[in-house]
Amino acid sequence: MSASETSLRRTPLYARHEAAGAKLVPFAGWEMPVQYPAGIRAEHLTVREAVGVFDVSHMGEIETRGPRALDFLQRILSNDVARIAVGAAQYSVLCKEDGGVLDDLFTYRLADERYLTVTNAANHDKDLAWFQRQAEGFDGVEVVDRAADYAMLAVQGPQARALVAGLAAGGAEALPRRFRVAEATVAGAPALVCGTGYTGEDGVELLLAPDDAPAVWDALVDAGAAPTGLAARDTLRLEVCFHLYGNDLMESRGPIAAGLGWCCKEETGFIGSEAVRAARDAGPSELLAPFVFTGPGIPRQGNAVVGGGEVTSGTLSPSLETGIGMAYLPVEQAVPGTEIEVDVRGKLRPAVVKEKPLFRKGT
Amino acid sequence: MAEASYPEDLLYHAEHDWVKIDGDVATFGVTWYAQDSLGDIVFFDPPAVGTEVTAGEGYAEVESVKAVSDVIAPLSGEIVEVNEALGDTPEQINDDPYGAGWMVKVKLSDPSQTSDLLDAAAYTATLD
Repeated sequence: MSASETSLRRTPLYARHEAAGAKLVPFAGWEMPVQYPAGIRAEHLTVREAVGVFDVSHMGEIETRGPRALDFLQRILSNDVARIAVGAAQYSVLCKEDGGVLDDLFTYRLADERYLTVTNAANHDKDLAWFQRQAEGFDGVEVVDRAADYAMLAVQGPQARALVAGLAAGGAEALPRRFRVAEATVAGAPALVCGTGYTGEDGVELLLAPDDAPAVWDALVDAGAAPTGLAARDTLRLEVCFHLYGNDLMESRGPIAAGLGWCCKEETGFIGSEAVRAARDAGPSELLAPFVFTGPGIPRQGNAVVGGGEVTSGTLSPSLETGIGMAYLPVEQAVPGTEIEVDVRGKLRPAVVKEKPLFRKGT
Repeated sequence: MAEASYPEDLLYHAEHDWVKIDGDVATFGVTWYAQDSLGDIVFFDPPAVGTEVTAGEGYAEVESVKAVSDVIAPLSGEIVEVNEALGDTPEQINDDPYGAGWMVKVKLSDPSQTSDLLDAAAYTATLD
């Protein structure tokens, strides 16, 4: 049964979004701000040029702890978890036995035997059940649902780090470098500060106690961070070709076709590693490739590509001012420079396959 | 434009179009509510002059960053002029929906259909 509108969950910042005039829409079972009155383009460009703040409290968290936490995560995450030092972060995918992707995740090592994994909102319950099922009979590990314990704010943009440093006890020294995590006090609240993001810009993500989130949000906004909605988050991530689960990643496709072979270390023996190795050895028949429209139109998820292939994400790029997207293409088509045509509701729109990322500063 | 407005001298269709009648030719566009709901409009795919449009059916597409929407014809007839400028500046639909954001002019095939349209008060009553 699908969630009715009345059962949508709200983040601790709901009242802030409403007061700011945000458009709130159902997203993955939550009522989330898709945009504020400034509009998607303005929000997007503010993150590229200055700093924006996103409420991403809908994302979930799973803590894995215990003397065999590392062994357990090594078994279920695709990357080499042994390489995460305390205070570091790592990206990986969660695979089924057949190599299909259940989710893509960042995992932070908080202490020697404590890891925190951030899940996509729509996948959190599924991921948690998967973690718990795999942990059965695995002595020395405890899997704990921490989703209710954290609000999450992403502060992103070239000025993000300086802005957060100005609110942090200890200033810039207290903040983690890229792909690191540190405990710090931000605007008076204890926070896990993660040097990660989903925009292609520098910045941090703050994990906070839900009760502290409104005051920290206010401090960030007062210091100059522009409230930015999920729509701009999507255009920002697509310009830099970050995958969105449910669009570009799915259980029916594996990480090799998705271009995520770099975060799969089959020698660790993770669940799905045999299928991933087979896919890598055989070479995929299709590959996820970014493309840019060379004429008018905007590609959308589900558009067919002439000659085979399917658009999984598409939008108008506010930075490039043209239609952009990613598509699973026959591997011989998934070569930068290849000209393709995308069927956008019956109109064939010319496009060219590009290298990742589609947008880079100074281009 | 930031403030909602629904000029009294226009007629409206419940699918969020406005109509300005000039003899047997009508100008079509979308209302303040429509452009506000869509958000930043980034693409207008104009129909061709000479195309027949039918009241209640789509005749053009507008796209915001997030979504594509059909623009519904409020009246039937033949397109005699298209606002080609919207191809380059679709944001005019947001900035000036009743002026520079007009979409097409249509020679009406059945001017009596105008009696099905709403006045500004009746249209705004549908928005609550």
